[in-house]
Amino acid sequence: MGLMATSTGSKLLQDDIEEIKQKCDYTIAIAGNPNVGKSTVFNALTGMKQHTGNWPGKTVENTSGICEYKNKKILLVDIPGTYSIMSNSEEEEIARDYICFGNPDATIVIVDATCLERNLNLVYQVMEITKNIVVCVNLLDEAKKKGIKIDLEKLEQKLGVPVVGTIARKKKTLNKLMEKVYDVSSKSIEYIPKYINYIPIIEDSIKIISSKVKNLLPVEKQYLSRWISLKLIDREEKILNSIEKKLDIKILENEEIKNKLIELEELLNKNDINKENIRDTIVSSIIFEAESICKEIIEYENIRYQQKNRKIDKILTSKIWGIPIMILFLGVILWLTIIGANYPSSLLSQFFGWLQDKIVFVFEHFNSPIWLKGILIDGVYCTLTWVISVMLPPMAIFFPMFTLLEDLGYLPRIAFNLDKYFKKACSSRKTSINYVYGTWL
Amino acid sequence: MKNVKDLSKVELNKEVKVKKINCNGNIKRRILELGMIEGTKIKPVLKSPLGDPTAYEVRGSIISLREEDSKNIEIV
Repeated sequence: MGLMATSTGSKLLQDDIEEIKQKCDYTIAIAGNPNVGKSTVFNALTGMKQHTGNWPGKTVENTSGICEYKNKKILLVDIPGTYSIMSNSEEEEIARDYICFGNPDATIVIVDATCLERNLNLVYQVMEITKNIVVCVNLLDEAKKKGIKIDLEKLEQKLGVPVVGTIARKKKTLNKLMEKVYDVSSKSIEYIPKYINYIPIIEDSIKIISSKVKNLLPVEKQYLSRWISLKLIDREEKILNSIEKKLDIKILENEEIKNKLIELEELLNKNDINKENIRDTIVSSIIFEAESICKEIIEYENIRYQQKNRKIDKILTSKIWGIPIMILFLGVILWLTIIGANYPSSLLSQFFGWLQDKIVFVFEHFNSPIWLKGILIDGVYCTLTWVISVMLPPMAIFFPMFTLLEDLGYLPRIAFNLDKYFKKACSSRKTSINYVYGTWL
Repeated sequence: MKNVKDLSKVELNKEVKVKKINCNGNIKRRILELGMIEGTKIKPVLKSPLGDPTAYEVRGSIISLREEDSKNIEIV
């Protein structure tokens, strides 16, 4: 049998996920902005029971894992970290499609407590495509350090969906998260998300269209009518096409909807809303809402902490010191990796040599044929131990050091310092704009 | 008549307000999603050793923008 698409390609993986899903009681999607500790929460919940692959037909990695709660097997699916799910980048498409059409029993949106306002954007967008959502306010310890106080109960009231505060290192807080996730997936408590109220003219348009859209949707997907209507008004053809494909319905070609849309276009034009500014209007509404909520629920103390950090940043990115400090940091890491690794390397190879003598002794004791000894000891054993003693120590030094730099938040500063060089090397502009680095540095 | 001012020319630590974003497509959307809309206060706080990009303080976050993008943001 040759290698066919069915045996190697995306089909295989899709079946794979479906198969695991069958064995589990609930499926939960984990979404969130990049760098909010999503993978830390995911790892803490699933432990070693993880499964990695790629999203069907995509180059983006997919991780899922199983966690047990109240004797139920719960499959957690890690969704790519995104700031939004409106655009057509590969990650956002995956996130959107999985939450919307992958039928998870609940979606956890992890947000960063230290920059809640920006993170709420994603929460509101996810609320539009699913009712079953739990908001997890992560990095509460960081926020406390930075003097940020968040009234989680009030946030829950404002959003209409369960909100849990977590510190990924503390198991207790994660249990609380799972409790809410369990409540939502088992539908034991019904939550009603509070949608964004767009400006009246857009709200009216949504109302007019959604009654028509509702008729086309299967019962279990009818809550999507508001979102689909918004996309119709916004003319997001790519998203609409994928909706049509996934739900196997025809929206854009529906005569009734077509006519209504033409009517609405005139109405919107009269109110100075056109193709160019409608998206701004929609995004602005979300941002204003997030702003007003955050004003009510967040208290800032400890301004000095931020000032101190700003000073450190000034040095790390200064004209004179920025680049030398960076070279020094990276140089020290490389030096430690190269020179420092020599000692454990030689220890390891000494140990393996000592072990080899013992093994050879055993082989000779049983009078094993020369060819067997050749294969197993000179071949397998020597190669394997050689690789381990040479490769393991540098890796065991380099990766933890690099993780430390990452945790200190130094990597985005490097990106900031070097961006102009990257630009000259024609790296994508996404690299620069994506290095949004933390809050209240 | 007053000249149109853009974000790339604002000096460090001077707070200004966003007036208009003059670019399109995904870049515009991303800028909007990061909270930079009409009336948002924005303050350049750090400059890269090479002068570009610049980091701005917006809504409590620090966001870095290249000059080619920040010059498309009109301010008052």
